[in-house]
Amino acid sequence: MKQRHLLYDGTFDGFLSCVFYAFEHKLKQLSIKKASSCQNGLFSEPETIVTDEQKANRVWKGLQSKLSKRGCLSLYYAFLSEQVGVEQVLLDYIQYAFANLFEVDTDFSHPSVLATSKLAKSVGREKHRMEAFVRFRLTKDDLYFASIEPDFNVLPLISKHFERRYADQKWVIYDIKRKYGLLYDGHSVEIMTIDFPANFDFTKTESDFFTEQELEFQTLWQSYFKSTNIASRKNMTLHVKHVPKRYWKYLSEKQPG
Amino acid sequence: MSFQRTQEKLKILADAAKYDVSCSSSGSKRNNTNKGLGDASGMGICHSYTEDGRCVSLLKILLTNHCIFDCAYCVTRKSNDIKRAAFKVQEVVDLTISFYRRNYIEGLFLSSGIFKDANYTMERLVAVAKKLRLEENFNGYIHLKSIPGASDELMHEAGLYADRLSVNIEIPTEEGLKRLAPDKKREDFIKPMLKVKNDIVQYQAEKKVIRNTPKFAPAGQSTQMIIGASGENDFQIMQTSNLFYKTYNLKRVYYSGYIPISYDARLPQIGTAVPMMRENRLYQTDWLMRFYGFDVSEILNETHQNLDLDIDPKLGWALRNLHEFPVDVNTADKRMLARIPGLGMKSVYKILNARRFRRLNWEHLKKIGIALNRAQYFVVCDSNQFERRDLSSKKIKGLILQNSTSKYAKTLSNQLSLFA
Repeated sequence: MKQRHLLYDGTFDGFLSCVFYAFEHKLKQLSIKKASSCQNGLFSEPETIVTDEQKANRVWKGLQSKLSKRGCLSLYYAFLSEQVGVEQVLLDYIQYAFANLFEVDTDFSHPSVLATSKLAKSVGREKHRMEAFVRFRLTKDDLYFASIEPDFNVLPLISKHFERRYADQKWVIYDIKRKYGLLYDGHSVEIMTIDFPANFDFTKTESDFFTEQELEFQTLWQSYFKSTNIASRKNMTLHVKHVPKRYWKYLSEKQPG
Repeated sequence: MSFQRTQEKLKILADAAKYDVSCSSSGSKRNNTNKGLGDASGMGICHSYTEDGRCVSLLKILLTNHCIFDCAYCVTRKSNDIKRAAFKVQEVVDLTISFYRRNYIEGLFLSSGIFKDANYTMERLVAVAKKLRLEENFNGYIHLKSIPGASDELMHEAGLYADRLSVNIEIPTEEGLKRLAPDKKREDFIKPMLKVKNDIVQYQAEKKVIRNTPKFAPAGQSTQMIIGASGENDFQIMQTSNLFYKTYNLKRVYYSGYIPISYDARLPQIGTAVPMMRENRLYQTDWLMRFYGFDVSEILNETHQNLDLDIDPKLGWALRNLHEFPVDVNTADKRMLARIPGLGMKSVYKILNARRFRRLNWEHLKKIGIALNRAQYFVVCDSNQFERRDLSSKKIKGLILQNSTSKYAKTLSNQLSLFA
């Protein structure tokens, strides 16, 4: 049988539309890839699948009836990992789920189920890390601004957390890597893109943009961070394990004081 | 409030508070109401970690390090010649709010040296919490220290505003306490703890009848013991800990390896290594007690009074109870699965689920993530390969140690050389 190649726009709905297409046409051998990551294959032409929200919803509803809540969530989490080839793993999982009468999301002896649950765990870990490592800085427009550069696309997952927590202040969390952010205006969270000035340095707190007091609070936080450390228990391995170096760039306490 | 002055105070009072281990910020269920600030309804969050690898979750400070007591093990003891400072109530409130708004912290951990008397000190602590809740509409996490000897009325008020209350018993045995802190009595620690426990029970009962009963210390109580300062053994420590869990419904007991801070002849001298390995083993035992269904007497008892430093307490138990093994992972119940060395509760959960679909073999177990280097001697699964030799405990221990490198190897050899 001929291998088919489906392309989608990179959204979760787009991916689910591909799944719908695969089931509709009873495709057995297929690969699903992001349109942006595709290189033309040697032997076959890729087909672009148009994202269809209704079809995506039908697949999602079907999954909800086949899997536990937790199982569905881990599918979504794993998708947000944006790992190369994650679509194949998820497709295999989904096919396995639809082929069975009972919930398969706890079958940790199935390779795709286990792989998905591991990916979901990684994404969940990073979600939690971002809830911890976001550092707001107050701008002159009375806006609390934070920039992050997570490995996985976790902004959709942390939005609720920050909305609940900082209900009385305006804030922005901006993903530098994926070039979009969340804006909370005091009422609801919206997705937004920003055109930053060419010379804008995310790691610096320049007085052009941020309030005068901002640097003082950073200094206070840094000195607290230093004082609360117990030197005779120093354990840098453990420290770096908990706060991996790639996150240091945006942590106030890790800036040279 | 001048910036330099605040920074100076913060340095002194954070430095003095850092020996308190408790950093948890979970289990509170305090929702954000009326578009206020903060939310302590979910899991705890560690916002950073210091270079010693401990989490920074709360702004942990003392209100003041002036103290009328002279406990040998404490840095803020009266006779110690250090810089003293004190925060005003409003200063603590402002600092907490500004840190919280920047997502530096989950909330406030406020302790204090005892100035004037217990009630006077407790009153100030309660005032901070009250101000945060009522004036700032703050829903973040607040952990207050119960000052030994504080009145029941104050403890009750504290519970209304704080998420967690804690009082550190510090020394695991009464004799040790008498020797190192002659001004303090065990009853003084117990009294506020008992009052808070009774109030929590009462509020929870009322909550079942009247839904809008206010929250009372929703994250419960905790305490802390210093390890290695007064010569007690692990059996005594864990017995005390067990007693506190059972009698006072504590959420957590923390174990803090003694960090030498004084030349007092009653204590280990400055320069002595912090017993981090022992601390780690005690925490493991604590976990076995609370989550793995072990009774403390199975791990520590009259004949076995100290934990092994080179192997974990569960492995130690298994080696003393070889007659319970091997366990078949495909049929054993949850209780027994949890007792296999090298399996955590997450692996147990995965095994229980996965084996409903097919019989599990070594390959499955490995992928699920159990530590086979330890588990292999105690387990049979869907495979005709398993440990057939009739190995003695000593032999198994030797094989396991040979095939693994402890991340504590360095610490371990240092500690052993002391006895050589």
